[in-house]
Amino acid sequence: MPFWTLMGLRAGRATTRWPLGEGPDGQDGVVGMPRLHKERCVPHCAECADICPSGALGLRNNHDITLDYARCIACQLCVEACPHGTLETTRDWALGTCDRAALQSDAGPREGHARKAIERAFGRSLHVRHVDAGSCNGCESEIQALNNPFYNLHRLGVFFTPSPRFADLLLVTGPVTRAMRAPLEATYAALPEPRWVMAAGTCATGGYNGGGYACHNGLEEILPVDLWLPGCPPNPAAFLDALLVLLDRRPPWAAAEGNSHGGD
Amino acid sequence: MSAREVVDVEARALPGLVQAVFSDAHSRTPCPRMQMAYAIQNGGAREARYLLSLGAGRPFTEWRVPAEGPLPSLAHQLPMLSWYEREMVDLFGMTFEGHPHPQPLVLHEGVKCLAPPMVGAVSEAPLDYPPVAAWTPTLDNPAIQHLPFGPIRADVVESAEFQFLYIGENILHYHPRLFWKHRGMEKRFEGCACVPAVILAERVSGVGSLAHALAYCQAVEDALVVEVPERAGYLRLILAELERLYNHLHYFGHLCQTTTLKVGEAQGLLLEEQVKQIIGRHTGSRLPRNLLVPGGLRRDLDLAGLDGALRALAPLIDSYLRHMERTRSHLDRLITTGPLTRELAYDQGATGPVERASGIDRDARRDHPYAAYAALRVDVPVEEGGDAYARACVRGRELRASLGLIHQALTRLKPGAIRAPLPPVMAGAEGLGWAESPRGTLLYAVSFRADGRLARVKIKSPSFSNWRVFPYTVHDSNMMDYAINEASFGITVAGCDR
Repeated sequence: MPFWTLMGLRAGRATTRWPLGEGPDGQDGVVGMPRLHKERCVPHCAECADICPSGALGLRNNHDITLDYARCIACQLCVEACPHGTLETTRDWALGTCDRAALQSDAGPREGHARKAIERAFGRSLHVRHVDAGSCNGCESEIQALNNPFYNLHRLGVFFTPSPRFADLLLVTGPVTRAMRAPLEATYAALPEPRWVMAAGTCATGGYNGGGYACHNGLEEILPVDLWLPGCPPNPAAFLDALLVLLDRRPPWAAAEGNSHGGD
Repeated sequence: MSAREVVDVEARALPGLVQAVFSDAHSRTPCPRMQMAYAIQNGGAREARYLLSLGAGRPFTEWRVPAEGPLPSLAHQLPMLSWYEREMVDLFGMTFEGHPHPQPLVLHEGVKCLAPPMVGAVSEAPLDYPPVAAWTPTLDNPAIQHLPFGPIRADVVESAEFQFLYIGENILHYHPRLFWKHRGMEKRFEGCACVPAVILAERVSGVGSLAHALAYCQAVEDALVVEVPERAGYLRLILAELERLYNHLHYFGHLCQTTTLKVGEAQGLLLEEQVKQIIGRHTGSRLPRNLLVPGGLRRDLDLAGLDGALRALAPLIDSYLRHMERTRSHLDRLITTGPLTRELAYDQGATGPVERASGIDRDARRDHPYAAYAALRVDVPVEEGGDAYARACVRGRELRASLGLIHQALTRLKPGAIRAPLPPVMAGAEGLGWAESPRGTLLYAVSFRADGRLARVKIKSPSFSNWRVFPYTVHDSNMMDYAINEASFGITVAGCDR
């Protein structure tokens, strides 16, 4: 049908040049994880930790506030609850890192986390097998978006593959339901070595919606995790960024730096 | 006016009552309709509840049946109740006598648990899933092939398992084994304060975040008798229609993928992306989340620029729909594929665009208006064909209607309050909320404990209804059409499994 071709020609290039060149990341106005300003915190106030629905905020010794981004769903309830402005809404959504501790507010400065091995093994390309281990499908909606013409993941040499036999990376969403544990483990076993595992979305990284009679508490207690990307859900640009972090083509997130890590 | 009228019914009176209300139901106007059934445990007392609508503009009716002992199964009379009864057996340990298909549903074959998961404190004992194969009909002919497919399937899709029995291309039997993703979401609400629990409702089904939050908030508002400010009502409507826009555009992108119309797929997904970016710009979240709260909205939204953005998009959506309408290779794969008759749609409980494509004219936005829908003109597209083409047509027409609704709402949007204060919870308060999500009618029933926290939240998602219906369009069809037919239903798994 020639009108489809004409439609495509008239529309022109839809794909952004980001992150390789100058171009929009598509996340204008999108809110990320809250930032913690400890110096503004007041002792014996636990408003934020009390309202946090995912256990990301905690109080140590009743006054020392900590924030674990692996457990944060960016719901902003803490920002609304805190009377002292300790928590601030930001655009920090690109939280991909290979270093679990880097997601904790009290981690301190982190050394660069070497991923040299993966570059030797795969060059710059990556094949991904996705497994939904009990997500709400928000993560799937955003992962599917990676293949739309705007992000066009293929241009970066990253491909989703149907068979785990051809995959380098296992991308897992959801807190891991008890029912999905065995199929997930079978899929992991079918991946040839060397293989990597990515926990995507806060259900997988921090066990949100986990526990209870039907779920485990996130991916960490089931498989060795190499790449962490919290978010609820992480947006497609955050996914793209995290995959490039694994390939050493983007710098990883580190909470201690307190730098804006969203659209750049 | 309360959202529902309660009628106390004795167990043995149920079959007669169903007979009286539902005989020849689908040929009558207004046509009575069973909406859902669920169980509730109140201290030692257990109750089964059946929610019905008896027509547009009337409150829902709820039959409440004490369920200490076994109940008569109503699945022979109302086949759509089959799954609801099986769910109550699995999660509440109830007994339904004479059920035509008493296999487990939510819990898989062979699953062990110490006590019914939704009852009492020991329920937190985790489930154990031994590797037991799914139930299938007995095979008595070596020519019949068996394909167990899933729960992990090709591509980025949700986890679900399908059982196919087929000869060559012809499918003799098909059924899905779902609930691999059962997270026990309803249990998670128990003991939560009602305000932050909206965060949980938003995460039951990601692509229905707004609809779930809306139905949940309205259920709480019904229980606490709260009137939502006018501006909040309009903003909720606009957000709900934006969610419909991106979902339906995704639907067409996916449908084109199954008919291998590549440019159509790319265009649908690109338009979906553009709507998500518009939502992100105006609300801070690409899936409209973290916005609603019982009583209204968490914060006011500045929607300047929304009308302009949608006006720029509308001609693109329109020409996209017209292009699909003119592409024979695409239409050939849809027309006559997966036919669902009006009777079947009614009996098995289809909802949303699926039932409207089979000639059933029902839409909660018009029939039981909420948010600001009562003030606007809601066009409800209905098709008679019942095939994949009719299901796509309904969604195409809904896209255009949604754009119109947003425009109407934006012109009436006035500055004002966006959040009403909540009164203290009365002990034992109960409420019902609903929303017409992009996939059909979504229902939340909430009840409170004496301490003001949530006691029970029942979620009836549209996908739970439509997964029940879908297999009836697969039997006697062929493997080539399966993916197209499934895409034409547009069902999610997370909402169904919960």
